[in-house]
Amino acid sequence: MTELLYIALFILASYSFMVNKGRAASLGKFNALHSQPYYHGLYSSILIFLPAIILLIFWSSIQNIMTNLSIRDFFVDVSDPGLIKFYIDSVINYSNGVSSKIIEHDGFMPAVEKYSSLTYTSTILKVIVVTGLSIILLRASIKVVTVDFKARDYVESMFTTLMKFSSVIAIFVTIGIVLSLLFETLRFFATVNVFDFLFGLHWSPQTAIRADQVGSSGSFGAIPVFLGTILISIIAMLVAVPIGMYSAIYLSQYASENVRTYAKPIIEILAGIPTVVYGFFAVITVAPFFRDLGDKISPGTLSGESAIIAGSVMGIMIIPFITSLTDDAMNAVPSSLKEGSLAMGATVSETTRQVIIPASFHGIVASFLLAFSRAIGETMIVVMAAGFAANLTLNPFESVTTVTVQIVGLLTGDQEFDSAKTLSAFALAFVLFFLTLILNIIALNMVKKYREQYE
Amino acid sequence: MNNLNKRNKAETRFKLYGISAVIIAITFLFVLLFNIFSSGVSAFKASYIGVKIEIPSAMNIDEINPRKEFKRQVLKMFPEVETRSDKRALLSLFSKGAIYEFEDLLEQSDSNGLDGYYWFLAHGDLDMYIKGTVERRGNEAGRINSKRMTFVDALSEQNLIQLQANKYLLSSADSREPEMAGIRGAIVGSLYAILIAFIVSFPLGVLSALYMEKLASRNKFSDIIETNINNLAAVPSIVFGLLGLAIFLNFFSLPRSAPLVGGLTLAVMTLPTIVIASRSAIKSVPPSIEEASIGLGASKIQTLMNFTLPLAMPGIMTGTIIGIARALGETAPLLMIGMVAFVVDVPGTPLDPSTALPVQIFLWADSPERAFVERTSAAIMVLLLFLVLLNLAAIYIRNKLERKW
Repeated sequence: MTELLYIALFILASYSFMVNKGRAASLGKFNALHSQPYYHGLYSSILIFLPAIILLIFWSSIQNIMTNLSIRDFFVDVSDPGLIKFYIDSVINYSNGVSSKIIEHDGFMPAVEKYSSLTYTSTILKVIVVTGLSIILLRASIKVVTVDFKARDYVESMFTTLMKFSSVIAIFVTIGIVLSLLFETLRFFATVNVFDFLFGLHWSPQTAIRADQVGSSGSFGAIPVFLGTILISIIAMLVAVPIGMYSAIYLSQYASENVRTYAKPIIEILAGIPTVVYGFFAVITVAPFFRDLGDKISPGTLSGESAIIAGSVMGIMIIPFITSLTDDAMNAVPSSLKEGSLAMGATVSETTRQVIIPASFHGIVASFLLAFSRAIGETMIVVMAAGFAANLTLNPFESVTTVTVQIVGLLTGDQEFDSAKTLSAFALAFVLFFLTLILNIIALNMVKKYREQYE
Repeated sequence: MNNLNKRNKAETRFKLYGISAVIIAITFLFVLLFNIFSSGVSAFKASYIGVKIEIPSAMNIDEINPRKEFKRQVLKMFPEVETRSDKRALLSLFSKGAIYEFEDLLEQSDSNGLDGYYWFLAHGDLDMYIKGTVERRGNEAGRINSKRMTFVDALSEQNLIQLQANKYLLSSADSREPEMAGIRGAIVGSLYAILIAFIVSFPLGVLSALYMEKLASRNKFSDIIETNINNLAAVPSIVFGLLGLAIFLNFFSLPRSAPLVGGLTLAVMTLPTIVIASRSAIKSVPPSIEEASIGLGASKIQTLMNFTLPLAMPGIMTGTIIGIARALGETAPLLMIGMVAFVVDVPGTPLDPSTALPVQIFLWADSPERAFVERTSAAIMVLLLFLVLLNLAAIYIRNKLERKW
């Protein structure tokens, strides 16, 4: 029904486009039009389309709220708000044919009937109202076509508004991220103390399923999780920084143009490989490799979830971030500095160490910061290759967990949305978001600085 | 003089470090790819068992119970098998899919009867043995016990176990039986998701880039938008997943596990990439062209639409394709919005529950069944193929269509 409505709207809009364009064109034969016929047509189609779309969106949201409220009445005896939401979702999914799961509750089938009849009436009404409105607007739009009508100005101002709206979307996204994380985080801190979370040394979010179980409260001291994240990221940096830096130095200072054109894109392929592939590589190839190595030294020292496995694979992944950013920074150093140093008799390595690197220091540090922020936010490698149990350790051969592993572990699978366990994932994500944000802001400022320095 | 030698040696060493760093980085890439390819190639073949099927043309196929008839035909090849456990061991060499294949065969035969050897899908355990993934120790190999092994040997002797093209891998969705599992459902889910991501993020990204580059006045507000977009580009992808979970699932109550929600989440994630790429493409259009257009009396918007945008389009497309390619390989946000379900059907619409290709890889990599290892690698190969195609398209557009001013 709704699909038909959209088709009808489209046809109406195209029709009015043709009609008004034609009318304007015939007027234009004898008079000088303010706007070209094309704009008259466009104006009328927008006039029909825009109000209808706004009305439809508005209608749908109102309809959702109203139907939700009316089926909520069937579950008044349920006290848990999370459960009510689950019941309502089930009713909606069942009525829409998305799922065939029936809830064992007396109110379920009546609620389904009520929901279906409400939606049906609402849809019928919606079609009538929207079509009526569009036809009225169609008649109105035909009257406005005159010689002096500034159709182009209107169309262009509408278009500009659309462009403004698009560019503000990015801000909405950021606000959306902050708000959605903030709300759940605040709800989490209503049950768990902020300081216990930030400075607690014990992390075991598993709350008991039954009330009488031992240790049912769960403990939310996030220090082991943060420490694990930092440990794995540092291992990654230990792998990536030397390789990435030296590759960048070689490519920017020594390599011939030919080598550069091939080697740089090949290294950058490493950044284009999906992280899930790295995770699989870590589990299948790198973990057995390290385990065998560990067994040779002293058997049983390394588990398949040791920090060093996830860390080293993550290091491979972030090599290109360091290489390409450092390479850019080094290339931005004016060649006069480099040539001056070479002319004084310094070797290329001396020039690199004593002139190029100090001159591009900001850019190099920025590349490290960006790579580090990439490492702490990286998810799939650690989900697949690191552990879930939170150990408070800095030993790279032991299993540690990370923020992202915890978020995935806590939010996938069956979940009730209001437990401290699921909410803690949002608190972790909030910390992660701000940590990466701060790193990025510092890094981007540094990049800006070196750009300004030399451009 | 001694000093100069030392310095020259240091120079050589330094250069050597550089070369080895590049070689190490490239070696990592090739080790990774070689590993995936060498373990994944075998998944494109599967073991099939030849069974002599004899059904007289007089028989009405509607009256045949395929399950019973298939068993009868298989057991007929080994008349000496008597005990129940032996029969079960023999039949357990076949996959569950063999029955469906037999049904299809019956339907195709059109009551003309069947006579001859037909090939049926073997069980995953046998497949692993035939491919040499599990080693033979005496009379056993992995889950093939000695009882099953006698039949395997007998069949091999008659050359009735063969590796043939794996029909299931690319044409069916996920399954609990590794030999019947395929990635079609995941591919379709991924395509829906990136299509929606493209439809949503491309217009928004291009319009906002146009506005920021050409219309917005330089003030505090435009600076905020700019830093905001640069920062969004570096937000960890999992945070976008949480955004999708909180906004699309909990606030707008869109269906869980649907490619629609996955696509919207990926769109939000890709948006900054598209904006940044579009801005640099728009910036590179020479102002003289725009000035000529304005000078001839076109309005600002007409100039943008008729000259700036078409000329910047190749650059915009290149950036968009790269952004979409990244979205295609993204897993973490999709985990958050529940696209990790075990789905055995190929999704028909973007609202049906589905997985995506990278999520399927994650699920299979997590599976304890060893037979899934090669299928995971094969799925990765397919994913990498898509990424290579997208990037080739981007390179083609950049080299052929982009104008250098």
